[in-house]
Amino acid sequence: MSQSLSPRLETVGMDALMVRLFDAIDEAHMPWILAADTALRERLGEAMIDLVPSYTTLLVHYDVSRLSQIEARKLIQDALRGLKPASNQAGREHRIPVWYDDSVGPELSRIAERLGVDTDDVARRHAGRDYCAFALGFAPGYAFMGLVEEALATPRLKTPRQRVPAGSVGIAERQTAIYPMRSPGGWNILGRTAVKLFDRERDEISLFRPGDRVRFEPISREAFIEQGGDTTPLEER
Amino acid sequence: MATRTSTQNAMQTRPASLVVERTGPLALVEDAGRFGCRHLGVTQGGALDWISLGWANWLLGNAPDAAGIEIAIGGLALKAEQTIRLAIAGADLGATRDGEPLDANVSFTLEQGQVLAFDQPRAGLRAYLALPGGIDAEPFMGSLSTVAREQLGGLDGRGGMLQVGDRLSAAGHAGEIRDMPSVPPMPRDEVVLALVTGAQIAHFEGASLFAAFNQGWQVDSRADRMGVRLTGPALRCQLGGMISEGIPLGAVQVPPDGQPIILLNDRQTIGGYPRLGALSPIACAQLGQCAPGTTIRLSPVTPHQARTRYLRQLALWR
Repeated sequence: MSQSLSPRLETVGMDALMVRLFDAIDEAHMPWILAADTALRERLGEAMIDLVPSYTTLLVHYDVSRLSQIEARKLIQDALRGLKPASNQAGREHRIPVWYDDSVGPELSRIAERLGVDTDDVARRHAGRDYCAFALGFAPGYAFMGLVEEALATPRLKTPRQRVPAGSVGIAERQTAIYPMRSPGGWNILGRTAVKLFDRERDEISLFRPGDRVRFEPISREAFIEQGGDTTPLEER
Repeated sequence: MATRTSTQNAMQTRPASLVVERTGPLALVEDAGRFGCRHLGVTQGGALDWISLGWANWLLGNAPDAAGIEIAIGGLALKAEQTIRLAIAGADLGATRDGEPLDANVSFTLEQGQVLAFDQPRAGLRAYLALPGGIDAEPFMGSLSTVAREQLGGLDGRGGMLQVGDRLSAAGHAGEIRDMPSVPPMPRDEVVLALVTGAQIAHFEGASLFAAFNQGWQVDSRADRMGVRLTGPALRCQLGGMISEGIPLGAVQVPPDGQPIILLNDRQTIGGYPRLGALSPIACAQLGQCAPGTTIRLSPVTPHQARTRYLRQLALWR
């Protein structure tokens, strides 16, 4: 990993600039993205309306009643000068218990068949490493995480499902995610968690933030029910 | 224990309310939108034609970003439970008060028991209704804006559209009542929209760039609060599948079929298609009033030009 960056700053709209730090997806980039996130929020202060980090970039949406684009560029360049990556421990750690089962994760056995292993093995391998939350998008609290081991990589479903239940854990290519609420979706579903990802009654409304580290933990049906999990099978539609 | 403020409030009459008698295709509570939460995957939402919402609020002496009702296409009917001062602005949806026609941009009194009804579009697509002080409901992350896809905002806090029987209560009392100055008309058959060109424009083929800015584009019927598709000559870009990145309001993205999609308030927060740039906020408001079949011409502007016009618009409401 290089110890200095040459960020590129691109105009993307009247009140938005894209900070481009990298050209490829890599977990090793996240400490830099997190450091840039902190530095930009500090430097722009009240003039920052929204800051959207994602894989290789940060979208800065600033307040044009306070800053011209030239002024915004200068502040952003100042903020990023001499940037040092955040520590590897930056971002919070989460353990997410998952009931891996065909009834709630129909692609579990399909992937197992393809690899010539049993479903427990697929579950163990999916749960066998720490994932990094690269970005949130698609829906509130939906984190794009990775990278899953190469052998498990599976393309999205050709026809997305109309309804994927809340808590469904899926993979698409080498990324993995959890559906925070029932929604349409095309990811391969392996199981379900009872953990609430987006909860307006909680102080931390979204459980995940960009840069967090996530580890899945296979649990039994009984443990899933005990945690308040909904065992209704994922209906094929 | 009564505070001084609550004593003062008690001396005034309770803010008035309206009840939904009939719904149309889509009527939503919207304000300026939800900010500071896009990194959590929560989109911005808010009135598509924020200028017309601003004028409706201005007519009642409200803050320009107070919550109002965005009425798409028409159909909505509301009955006054108490006499209430209201204002409408934006599209002409054939609004009537107890059957008597109202102007498209006007402040008026709805007496107790009278019905405000919207018919169908005569010019533009979306009318905005303002209540004194805005709408009384519980904001989520600082906003009442309804985003159905995210199940957030609105009267119920769950992203629901207005339903028969819903009660809209004013958040306060009317301030200084004003008359409407002359404002630009609703877009008709053809409209020129200002586009702040983005850095990725360099990756589009020359012939595609010529087409983008020199030909008319048609507004497709596939249009909603997330985005509006345009049809016309296919645009070619050398950038293939990109890594997803944050998407600004009004982004003109070009998927592999070459037909642009302009991403609006309820867009997803990140995405991976190359962009020509982003419409100016004023152009986004105009697009919110364009019916399918409208011809659009894109006019390149600098961020500075777009900002100057935007700040001039805000200054009108000071």
